[in-house]
Amino acid sequence: MAEAINHLGKVKKGKDVMALNIIAYGFTGLMALLCLIPFLMILAGSFSSETAITANGFSLLPQDLSLEAYKTVFKEPIVVFRAYATTFGLTAVGTVIGLLVQTMTAYVLSRKDFEWRNGFSFFFYFTTLFSGGLVPTFVLYTQTLKLQDSYFALLLPLVFSVYNLLVMKSYISAIPDSLVDAAKIDGCGEVRTLFQVVLPLIQPALATVGLFIALAYWNDWYNAMLYIKSDTKYPLQYFLYQKVNDIEAYKKLIANNAVSGAVVSSMALPTQTLKMALTIVVTGPIILAFPMVQKYFVQGITIGAVKG
Amino acid sequence: MKEKSGIKGFLKKLRKYRVYLLMLAPAVIYTLIFAYYPMTGIVMAFKKYNYAGGIWGSPWNGLENFKFFFKSGQAGLVTRNTVLYNIAFILVGTFTQVAVAVFLTEIHGKRFRKISQSMMFLPYFISWVIVGVMAFNIFSSDYGFLNRLITALGGEKIAFYTTPQAWPFILLFFNIWKGVGYGSVMYLAAIMGIDTSIYEAAAIDGANVFQRIFRVTIPMIMPTMVILLLMSVGGIFKGNFDMFYNLVGSNGLLYNYTDVIDTLAMRALISSNDFGMSAAIGLFQSVLCFVTVTVVNKLVGLYDRDYALF
Repeated sequence: MAEAINHLGKVKKGKDVMALNIIAYGFTGLMALLCLIPFLMILAGSFSSETAITANGFSLLPQDLSLEAYKTVFKEPIVVFRAYATTFGLTAVGTVIGLLVQTMTAYVLSRKDFEWRNGFSFFFYFTTLFSGGLVPTFVLYTQTLKLQDSYFALLLPLVFSVYNLLVMKSYISAIPDSLVDAAKIDGCGEVRTLFQVVLPLIQPALATVGLFIALAYWNDWYNAMLYIKSDTKYPLQYFLYQKVNDIEAYKKLIANNAVSGAVVSSMALPTQTLKMALTIVVTGPIILAFPMVQKYFVQGITIGAVKG
Repeated sequence: MKEKSGIKGFLKKLRKYRVYLLMLAPAVIYTLIFAYYPMTGIVMAFKKYNYAGGIWGSPWNGLENFKFFFKSGQAGLVTRNTVLYNIAFILVGTFTQVAVAVFLTEIHGKRFRKISQSMMFLPYFISWVIVGVMAFNIFSSDYGFLNRLITALGGEKIAFYTTPQAWPFILLFFNIWKGVGYGSVMYLAAIMGIDTSIYEAAAIDGANVFQRIFRVTIPMIMPTMVILLLMSVGGIFKGNFDMFYNLVGSNGLLYNYTDVIDTLAMRALISSNDFGMSAAIGLFQSVLCFVTVTVVNKLVGLYDRDYALF
């Protein structure tokens, strides 16, 4: 009876809220798990023994706990550290230069007393509409500029992007004009206005855009694939890519030669677990930095989407 | 405002803006070299390229590169694949991202919300090289987690890496997987921007939670959805090279189902060293992209002037 009396009240409300809760928690929980599972699999694989993985395949928990794979990764620590140093160096230099160029450009393009700003904005924006494409760019780097196998071929492609410029510009445009004008009346030149008045106000933007640039450098393997030939110059991601391919090629080679050899060799040398350990070594810093930087990415994405 | 015309006025402005122009110089020079100069390289699409001649010295080839690209049947195949994949990514992606955003706002457990959002954001931060490794862990026939699960349940192993029909689903899965955290952030922001008094009014009118979602939340974020949808439609002829290359690699068995314009152009360049052919594929794609983006921007402008990009 209470239900009949209360048909618009508590009972009904309780039911639909309950149903939604089940769906909402269920769906988001499932999505979150699906996102995490591949990471767990790699982590578990990296701490498993090769024989266990060969026999059972990958799982969510380490099988037959072993550090063999990591020992193999660091057998020649110099190789890993070199790739790390390359990526760290490129990320640091690229982020600093990228931020400087992007901030200066965004500052000028958001100055309302600059009559040519629309023309220049279009000059930059047009490059996102039409591009020469893969081959002309490849020829430019390899033959015109002769940057094959040079660190510049890894640095230059990612140092400036129109997307980051737009994000930066929307942050700077949000600064009240009166602030900039006041600085100029007080006798600040453009450069001083930018560095002493504007920069302190856009620190979140510097963090956000800086992290976008840094992430692009950290995850870049594409430019290394196109332009880098000597393995001592590989950045981290391409180093991983090459190792994974080497391991697969090695496995095939053994499999083609002799079946018995395959069994022996694949047991002697970690291959699958080695791949996992390498992946962990390559991903580690990103995952560790993730909790600290997540909020800046959220900000940047929101701004980019609204104003992009 | 009175404008001085002619060279004199221009020089005066050049002087007035000299600091601005200096500050713009690095970006302008960069863009000229790395974005505008390569545009002239599209003439390679009409040439029989050789190293000695370079871009300008190589002999003309007319439309031979295009003829080969279209007659071999590859043009149709890769264009179809690119478009179909992108349609699937856009539709399923938008649906998942909106669903996640809506559900996240309905969840009251703060900790659950935070942790699950972080977990979904994690894939955005890793490179496609690592996603390629992950795909192998799951789908490999010898060691794959999925095959382990299938055999444990008494089924037959599936050799995913030799079954092209499975790949549209695998690629769709990883595309959604990598983008769900990133994409849902925009919808979350849109939902946060909804005036709470609308929800209060709906509650007074006796709306249940589902009506609240379908009659208030979804209609209110519709403008964001339309804009983002249209923007992704602008890239419908762009294949995500990173993804296809790292998940499929040089596995020719899968090409019929997985080859997109970008992977074909790369193979023409890297594997067959056919610069002219690759340039032709690239030009074909650039033109298609340019036309779609222009049309899409017109549509965005019609829909909401504020969002049009030019």
